[in-house]
Amino acid sequence: MIRTTGLTKYYGVHPAIRGLTFEAAPHEILGFLGPNGAGKTTTMRILAGFMPPSEGRATVAGFDVVDQSLEVRRRVGYLPETVPLYPDLSVTAYLDYMGSLRHVADLDRRIEEVLDEVGLVDRSESFVGNLSKGLRQRLGLAQALLHKPQVLILDEPTIGLDPAQIIEVRRLVRELGKERTVMLSTHILSEAQALCDRVLIINRGIIVAEDTPANLQAQLAGAAHLVLRVVGGDGSLVEALERLPGVARVTKAGEEELRVETSPGHDVRARLARTVVEKGYDLLELRSAGVDLEAVFLQLTQDAVPGAQDG
Amino acid sequence: MRNVWVIARREFRHYFDSPIAYAMAFFLFVVLGILFFLTVSYGVQFGDLNPDGRVVLQPMVTLLLLTTPFLTMRLISEEVNSGTIELILTAPIRDWELVVGKWLGAMGFLGLLLALTWIYPIILHRMTTPGIDQGTLLAAYLGLLLMVGAMVGIGVMISALFRNPLAAGFLTLCVILVLLVIGGLAGGSGGANEVVRYLGFGEHFYDNFYRGVIDLGDALYFVSLTVLSLFVGSVVVESKRWR
Repeated sequence: MIRTTGLTKYYGVHPAIRGLTFEAAPHEILGFLGPNGAGKTTTMRILAGFMPPSEGRATVAGFDVVDQSLEVRRRVGYLPETVPLYPDLSVTAYLDYMGSLRHVADLDRRIEEVLDEVGLVDRSESFVGNLSKGLRQRLGLAQALLHKPQVLILDEPTIGLDPAQIIEVRRLVRELGKERTVMLSTHILSEAQALCDRVLIINRGIIVAEDTPANLQAQLAGAAHLVLRVVGGDGSLVEALERLPGVARVTKAGEEELRVETSPGHDVRARLARTVVEKGYDLLELRSAGVDLEAVFLQLTQDAVPGAQDG
Repeated sequence: MRNVWVIARREFRHYFDSPIAYAMAFFLFVVLGILFFLTVSYGVQFGDLNPDGRVVLQPMVTLLLLTTPFLTMRLISEEVNSGTIELILTAPIRDWELVVGKWLGAMGFLGLLLALTWIYPIILHRMTTPGIDQGTLLAAYLGLLLMVGAMVGIGVMISALFRNPLAAGFLTLCVILVLLVIGGLAGGSGGANEVVRYLGFGEHFYDNFYRGVIDLGDALYFVSLTVLSLFVGSVVVESKRWR
């Protein structure tokens, strides 16, 4: 449904994205994950037909975003990052304007449907300028849904919302993803995990990882810290543990506690437990010190970027 | 064309939602009213009330010079400034449809104002015998409308160039002012003088339409200027995509 090859965009000489190649299948929710300034918005703007890429190609629903921009724009619903609304219009008038621009048939009824879908029916006569941030976000979504697009592009749909609103918007997105292709960007890892069928991690304009959330989690979870509580033994345990494959570092965290840092992609718990017992210790506790996905994500997006220095 | 209409309708309505449009209309009618009253009462007092609709049209040029920039300055710059341009440019409309729609919306509002000023010539017509020469008046109004079209076109174009509405408004005022007075620079005859005279509004409006002469060449001048401005405006909007 979405397909890009070598998508590159320069702002002046500075490349915002470089050589992005990815696909999104029909009815897939594709997450676009990366820190602020990674190039998420740029990519989405290109796919929404707002701006052409400097190099590379992108097609949406089989249409080229440059040569068949109007066809692409007819099929895409787009929620920009800072939902731009006309504060002087009422909710209904705003949707009426947006719907007229898209030639939506039977617009009045469609507006009612969409307002119902995003839960804004009781605010239909409010002025857009008086809506709270969460309601604006929903109105932005309503605007993106009006013409029943095949592809939804949502740029940071939950940014700036309170936790209840975030849950609400996520529910909505999941619902929408059943019938459409959804591409959404976020800089919150757990959001990508909660919502997406597949996740692209982008940093400084290039894709650094691409997988299902479960696989990414497995890949990243190995890098967690483990905490061991052991008693007895002869004091040789730290060295023995550090020799184990997949263990990066072992530090004493207290009288009985050891902190074990593991390398990404390794689950060493079984091996740790066996070694502890073999060395004549008693294992009282073996727990994960929280799967610090955010930290790993940061590591992935800050250090492990090949060629990041020349950007 | 449907998209042009949608955008024009929205802009036209927007004027009625915003205080600035009412302020402009108020200003226009108060000044016109005062001038009209002074002319008429002076004419009645000295017994030489002139049945000439241009009593309204003459100050109107200056008034439109001052009001048009305020009506056009925010047309595109505000969309860029507030980010709503992103919604418009990701809707399936062509860039020129946006620009022409904006122009048409502003023209609708100004056209309405112009139509309302017709009340003064009507009053004057009823006060005098044999009354006003309707043909001259119509020609002058047609010329005025064409000139306003060019002014608004320039305003829309400049509004696309600036993020800041005030900057756009001020530059629009300057450009229109220059076009209104540039003809005065051309003293005698000769190539350069002719070109300068041709460029200004004066030769095309005051020398013909204003005197009741409808000249196709003059109409073409204003229409060309309008089309050129809207074309440049569309190019500017398109160029925003590349930045």
